[in-house]
Amino acid sequence: MTYIAKPPLRHPTLERNAVGYTRRDYEGKISTLCAGCGHDSISAAIIQACWELNIEPHRVAKLSGIGCSSKTPDYFLGASHGFNTVHGRMPSVLTGANLANRELLYLGVSGDGDSASIGLGQFAHAMRRGVRMAYIVENNGVYGLTKGQFSATADQGSKSKKGVVNSDSPVDLVGLALQLGATYVGRGFSGNKTQLVPLIKGAITHGGAAFIDVISPCVAFNNHPGSTKSYDYVREHNESVSRIDFITPREEIVTEYAPGEVVNVRQHDGLLLRLRSLHADYDATDRHKAMAYMQEHAARGEVLTGLLYVDPIATDLHTALNTSDKPLNTLGAAELCPGAAALKKLNAGLR
Amino acid sequence: MNGIEAVNDFVIKFANVNGSGSASANELFAKSILRMGVPVSPRNIFPSNIQGLPTWYEVRVCERGYLGRRGGIDMMVAMNPQTWDADVAELEPGGYLFYDSTRPLPPSRFREDINVIGMPLTEICNAVYSDPRQRQLFKNIVYVGALSVLLEIEAEVIEKLFGEQYRGKEKLLASNVQALHLGRDFAREHLKWPIGLRVRRADQVGERIFVDGNSAAALGCVYGGATVAAWYPITPSSSCAEAFQKYCMKYRVDPHTGQNRFAIVQAEDEIASIGMVVGAGWNGARAFTATSGPGISLMTEFIGLAYFAEIPVTIINVQRGGPSTGMPTRTQQADIIACAYASHGDTKHVLLFPEDPRECFDHSAAALDLAERLQTPVFVMTDLDIGMNQRLCHPFEWAEDARYDRGKVMSAEELEAGKDFGRYKDVDGDGIPWRTLPGTHPAKGSYFTRGTTRDAYARYSERGPDYMYNVERLLRKFATAATLVPQPTLRLAREKSRLGVIYFGSTSPAMNEALDVMEAQGVHIDALRLRAFPFADSVLRFIAGHDRVFVVEQNRDAQMRTLLVNELEIDPNKLVKVLHFDGTPITARFITGAIMDCLPRAAVPAPAPVPAAQETTA
Repeated sequence: MTYIAKPPLRHPTLERNAVGYTRRDYEGKISTLCAGCGHDSISAAIIQACWELNIEPHRVAKLSGIGCSSKTPDYFLGASHGFNTVHGRMPSVLTGANLANRELLYLGVSGDGDSASIGLGQFAHAMRRGVRMAYIVENNGVYGLTKGQFSATADQGSKSKKGVVNSDSPVDLVGLALQLGATYVGRGFSGNKTQLVPLIKGAITHGGAAFIDVISPCVAFNNHPGSTKSYDYVREHNESVSRIDFITPREEIVTEYAPGEVVNVRQHDGLLLRLRSLHADYDATDRHKAMAYMQEHAARGEVLTGLLYVDPIATDLHTALNTSDKPLNTLGAAELCPGAAALKKLNAGLR
Repeated sequence: MNGIEAVNDFVIKFANVNGSGSASANELFAKSILRMGVPVSPRNIFPSNIQGLPTWYEVRVCERGYLGRRGGIDMMVAMNPQTWDADVAELEPGGYLFYDSTRPLPPSRFREDINVIGMPLTEICNAVYSDPRQRQLFKNIVYVGALSVLLEIEAEVIEKLFGEQYRGKEKLLASNVQALHLGRDFAREHLKWPIGLRVRRADQVGERIFVDGNSAAALGCVYGGATVAAWYPITPSSSCAEAFQKYCMKYRVDPHTGQNRFAIVQAEDEIASIGMVVGAGWNGARAFTATSGPGISLMTEFIGLAYFAEIPVTIINVQRGGPSTGMPTRTQQADIIACAYASHGDTKHVLLFPEDPRECFDHSAAALDLAERLQTPVFVMTDLDIGMNQRLCHPFEWAEDARYDRGKVMSAEELEAGKDFGRYKDVDGDGIPWRTLPGTHPAKGSYFTRGTTRDAYARYSERGPDYMYNVERLLRKFATAATLVPQPTLRLAREKSRLGVIYFGSTSPAMNEALDVMEAQGVHIDALRLRAFPFADSVLRFIAGHDRVFVVEQNRDAQMRTLLVNELEIDPNKLVKVLHFDGTPITARFITGAIMDCLPRAAVPAPAPVPAAQETTA
């Protein structure tokens, strides 16, 4: 059913952004996910974030793996090229795509089965390498498309819809991302769009590997009592550490904050990221403290959300590889082929 | 004992311990003969190990230019006590055994029917060098020096090679020349020289180059415009990716900015390697990976995706002995079926079969063109024998006006002009659809790439007719591929023949020699060398034009024959298997023996020798 196109009606009063697009220009096909699925809220947040950032939709490449979450790129940014790859392998395909053309923005959408089970290795190595991308995991703790089996992020002791108790320890993707060197790490909740949209904006404009774990309840298989990924559970245990706002150079900073409450972080591209700490003792620019803080709260059963860590001057894989500013996919024979004379010389050295 | 007498036609084998520094000395030995204008074909026979295990270097010296492995050893340089007995046993009667006589050995360790040449190498080195590492390394050069006297290799040639190798490193140059003469002087004074085996200056090398297939394939990727390489270390392919890095640093750094016009990633495994290649290919960069059998097994899911989603991918498969971990350091052609039909569902892939390093270069560059023209995975099916051994071959050539064939990529202008874009629609009748690259046009040409079925406009669809349209179009595309790939080469026998032989890849030099040998014995066989799959029409015509066709290959299950039977619907009775699969490179002796055994005695005029009996295994 995913081929259903939305009616192309555009209300003339729809607001346009700086590049002349309305929010509807960032939409995709009609979602085929269950009504109330957290993933649809994330799609809406991505649409909002891209519109607010004045990104031309076709300059985004959206890649995903396999699963409910990985179907969603069809439901936003219809004018972008999308690639629904194979299960757990979105990070490698995105890495290759990114190497081919460093000028596009890369959005990787995955799920907890896709990234924490079959694709844990690729997730880890993409973070290690610092591939510039916004990597969003739509985390519901279950396999939805195959009807409710536990995934690797399901908490120990949580109960499936059929009443089975999960005995395995959970994989904490946020903890892993921090440990492996991701330079932008956040956690959001699909039920909190106010927090999620700026988190996504920060990830898209980040200069390195940005990871956001978004808890996204599965209304069909993981929204019952005993689940730790249900709307009710997350609302009760959610603890926000920070809020971020985006300030484009044109905007004026008007709100005043008490000293120590706000950190203005200038990103590599000049964008200002204003971070409001909601916990007096939390410093989102200290990787090691962030890890310890998060783990202490997790031990108490609290789900910390917000921007957990950012390295504002992060660099990426292209910097490490010293690749040309001109995208590799635009280079032609003149720039790539050493030519016949060089070959003659080379032959001479092989005799 | 009468020794074997042969000028410019013998096999010498070096038995060493790996990690002892023998490899460069042995290469020096081989190159010195080449510089005297006599063709040589050396082969490394080595274990999957870094230090301490046996390793051999077998050099065939052959003025007539046969570069296949011959079989049989005329001279053994036995430097490894571990393998002594087997090494001594392997010598032909009348052969020569050169060994380090520092420690005396009882007569029982030798043979009556061979010539023994002892030289106290360790003693000589210990007397001259005090550093243990130098003692070890120069021992190798000392024996090269001694051999140069015994075989009459010109000292000046070796000195010149040293001069080239150690240009600007005068100290190293001097000490190597000293070690060389240490060996030469001892041999002249204490040994009987020359022996029956001799090297005589000739002019049979010409302008040919001496290079290994992995380097050549890497260079082909540089010339062919690959900008992204993702790989995972695996024997025997690792040196291909490493050579690509080396050549890129030489040829692909922007002289003005110092920035790289390439990106190489050593991935976490073969799955990620092929994933990166798929991503880069999807996004319009030429990309390749180099791997071997186990890597192919891991990559198959992605290969199916690239086939079905129609993404250009180039895979260099340096084949080794399978199955499973198999024989990692031995050669086979045993991934043919695994590659031709890689992945689940109905899939077929384009395979190229280079015969030597020159074709590794040509085919790798061609694969990058074909992958983009056909929008599909293309395999370069080389193997350890040509990949990791230096081989004499025609020099590399590149047409100054050569352009890359980027295939059917629709531009922003074409989209803007209203050209219809159906990602999976056959508009030209060749089965090849048009594609767009991400980021091309603000409102037109975007689509969702996926491994699930879709209609001609890339819209998700599980409708039967949509699926049938797509997979039948893929078959048309495959038929188009058969016309674009390197075509087979035909070698007709001197006399009209009802017998044919089909061969491919690294079998070439052994096959060429076998054909000469059989022709000389009055057995006439037409030969067709396959260079690619899918098969051109000429393959079917060749088989139809002969009563019996031998299919020579280096695997147990006759995989190429299976492919021929399956794809061309040939009567299996017509195709006779000639199979060599012990991990050593196939020899002319083996092929000749196997084919002659199949022929009725009447068809073999001369008394048939039994060359297969001399076949040896390492």
